[in-house]
Amino acid sequence: MFPTAIVVLISLAYLGLLFAVARFAEQRAAAGRSIITPSLYALSLGVYCTSWTFYGSVGRATSGGLSFLTIYLGPTLMLLLTGVIVKMIRISKAQRITSIADFIGARYGKSYWLAGLATIVAVLGIVPYIALQLKAIAASLGILLADPAAGQGFWPTLAITASLAVFTIWFGTRHLDATERHEGMVAAIAFESIVKLLAFLAVGLFVTFGMFNGFGDVFSRAAALPGIERLLGLEAVKPVSWAALILLSGLAIVFLPRQFQVMVVENVDESHVRRAVWLFPLYLLLINLFVLPVALGGLVHFQGAAVNADTYVLRLPLSQGAEVLAMLVFLGGLSAATGMVIVETIALSTMVCNDLVMPGLLRSTWFSAQNRRDLSGVLLGIRRAAIGVILLLGFIYFQAAGEAHALVGIGLISFAAVAQFAPVVFGGMYWKLGTRPGAIAGLSGGFLVWLYTLLLPAFAKSGWIDPGFVQSGLFGFSWLKAQALFGLVGLDEISHCLWWSLLINAGLFAGVSLATRPDADEAAQAERFVDVFRLEARGGAPRLWRGQASPEALVALLERFLGAERAHGQLAGHAQARALSDWRRLPADAAFVQFAEAELAGAIGSASARVMVASVVEEEPLGLDEVLDILDEANQVRAHSRELELKQAELEAATGELRAANARLQELDRMKDDFVSTVTHELRTPLTSIRALSEMLYEDPKLPLADRARFLGIIVTETERLSRLINQILDMAKLESGRAEWTTSSIDVGTLVREAAASLEALFNEKGLCFSLSIAAGLPPVLADRDRLTQVLINLLSNAVKFVPQDGGHVWLSVVSVEDAVRVSVRDNGPGLTADECGVIFEKFRQGGDTMTAKPQGTGLGLPISRQIIEHFGGRLWVESSPGQGADFMFTVPIAAPDA
Amino acid sequence: MKRANLTRQRLVLLAMLGGLLFSFPIVGLVDGVVLGLPAGYLYLFGVWAALILMAARLSEGGR
Repeated sequence: MFPTAIVVLISLAYLGLLFAVARFAEQRAAAGRSIITPSLYALSLGVYCTSWTFYGSVGRATSGGLSFLTIYLGPTLMLLLTGVIVKMIRISKAQRITSIADFIGARYGKSYWLAGLATIVAVLGIVPYIALQLKAIAASLGILLADPAAGQGFWPTLAITASLAVFTIWFGTRHLDATERHEGMVAAIAFESIVKLLAFLAVGLFVTFGMFNGFGDVFSRAAALPGIERLLGLEAVKPVSWAALILLSGLAIVFLPRQFQVMVVENVDESHVRRAVWLFPLYLLLINLFVLPVALGGLVHFQGAAVNADTYVLRLPLSQGAEVLAMLVFLGGLSAATGMVIVETIALSTMVCNDLVMPGLLRSTWFSAQNRRDLSGVLLGIRRAAIGVILLLGFIYFQAAGEAHALVGIGLISFAAVAQFAPVVFGGMYWKLGTRPGAIAGLSGGFLVWLYTLLLPAFAKSGWIDPGFVQSGLFGFSWLKAQALFGLVGLDEISHCLWWSLLINAGLFAGVSLATRPDADEAAQAERFVDVFRLEARGGAPRLWRGQASPEALVALLERFLGAERAHGQLAGHAQARALSDWRRLPADAAFVQFAEAELAGAIGSASARVMVASVVEEEPLGLDEVLDILDEANQVRAHSRELELKQAELEAATGELRAANARLQELDRMKDDFVSTVTHELRTPLTSIRALSEMLYEDPKLPLADRARFLGIIVTETERLSRLINQILDMAKLESGRAEWTTSSIDVGTLVREAAASLEALFNEKGLCFSLSIAAGLPPVLADRDRLTQVLINLLSNAVKFVPQDGGHVWLSVVSVEDAVRVSVRDNGPGLTADECGVIFEKFRQGGDTMTAKPQGTGLGLPISRQIIEHFGGRLWVESSPGQGADFMFTVPIAAPDA
Repeated sequence: MKRANLTRQRLVLLAMLGGLLFSFPIVGLVDGVVLGLPAGYLYLFGVWAALILMAARLSEGGR
């Protein structure tokens, strides 16, 4: 075995190494190059695994089989709820929250009472847990030295406690940080996490593959032991206990003060959570992988010998003479214990200082007498003293309990204590109606039930108090039996406590909250907690402060509690954020007051910060209604801006429509102008010639008869043209305005075509053209206006006649039936149309042929009118043509529906 | 923000799945010896490892 001096020396060297790691991290942080990476953050969460895990898991596995795993499955599941954790981090950063007690106090109106109550719950719950770590260190030391006295002696354990206190003070309170962040400590904790994992894996591999031939061998040899079945299977597990432990550990991973410290307070970047979500559970998995093999290996190896299973991890290597490995295991256990003690006591000391000592101090006469003195040193002193006192309490508890029962289940008792934070914290994060009285009632109710059903019975089992209230109930009332409250039996003590305490806790919290009204501070804080993401997205919480402040007083306040140097640094940062070069020019407005309060909250807790700020500024208190109005206003502004956005989008859409409509109107206006000028022009052409000829006839009575007859002939033709033009314009106007009269009837297109062709025969003969007519047999009737359809046909035919050459022209007219329509085609062998012309020919006053040189042959309205008519019937009129190939005008008229 | 929310909701679903697989009655169905190891031991660590793997893919893949 090892000489004492060597072990002590190695232990001190190891602690020295931790110092070095921490120092390195702090130097890097000071240089602005933080070594806190996402993975390091995840490893620092490994502070969850204390000596209770390192030594105790094996012990639990020898009695409860696989159920020891529940303690690690709960955290795995809880971490998956990243939304909750990130929200907690965001709130804590926004409010400069430095502990779980401060979180609770701040949420319910920055309440002294609530933060103090939470602190008491935490301290009472955790001190035994610290005692457990002291015991583990002492016991492992005793085994390593083969000197049980070292594990129990008063002086050795006091020495261990004292060195831990010094160590913790050095780590946690070297300086007063504005955000209570300790990067050195986090780095050291992460380092310790690696050491304890490696140590446990080493002993696991040693037992599984060194002492046995792999997993299969361990399990098969253990299976031969009597009563081992129970440990290997899950049949013996009680479902309720199993579920209760998963819930309990899931809550503990968030609410244990040390976990809140590393997970929330020490978090430097929210995105680190993404890594922790899986890396921390992976860590837990690895550190538990060999627990069952080691436990079974120990049972096989120490068969019959009275060896405490909690010590298998250390005793198994020692039994094989593997002293180096045993030393490594001892260091692993030391890591697990010191890591827990350091973080937990730092977290608790912050709570004790800010939430228990400060409130009293700030009201004391001593404090008034110390007016204007720099108090940052005093704060540090209080925290250091708190660390010492907490560790001393742990030491006393350990000494008093010794080997007594009160140490065995202490881990879970602590878990159950901090689980009481769950209703007020989760309720506070997601429910605005939770009030301070509700939170105080819930938390104290749950705490008392925990005390009565779990802690006091543990004391009773150790023989410290009369166990009567457990065995027969308080005052002999059997329904008050501490572990069968209201006659609830059949549950293990943890499930029993968890059920009643959380029921009463949550019930009182919700019930009392709904029965009371929040005051202004609570309403404001509720808003800031529950809506933290929404408020930040909108650029910060509404400023709920009104009053008169002097910048000097606020600066002096900051200097007092942060120290001048630190205060000036923070002030400069704030000034810079507000685009001011000098913090001395900061206006004493609401933003400055809130900044000062937040900075103070980081140092002395939110409740004390509130009181201190209120003492140096003249505040006009805001009533609840006023606060609600302001918050309401903020909501209204939010709603208004959303409404405005909608309105704007609507307006833009309307503007677009209007613009389009305007463009269309301008186009129509232009078309109208074009139309009027074209019509005027068209009307004037015949009118001019009529007038010229009439004047000649009027002025020259001696005109020869032949000329007279010729002139009169022209006048008649031009008049006819004029009247035709006017008729067509009127017709067009009627069609376009929809005032045309239609007499629809069922028509046989073949007959109609024949009649139309016959009526034009004279015209064909005059032009000397060849006319071919083909009409398909059995055409279905169509529904149309006979006269109008004739008008279209005659228009198309006379167009064709117009464009075919004199003598040698050919016009084909064919009627066929296509799908659900009758198609009429009028084809000629005229000059044809270009592709462009095919498109525009249906526009008004567009004429076929070259209008610039030749005299117009028509009115330019025939085709547009025809198209209007055909479209009215539901058909289509179009032209197919290419230059030199003649033109083929076609239209379709849908056939009449059978029932028409 | 939207992306983060989706990842968070998927993780919540994963937590529910894990809660289900780690609870009775499902846990109680695992029985016997597989490959020379207790089935319960294999089951718990297997499901746990699978959850971690999925959490890693969801959480780190969602950036």
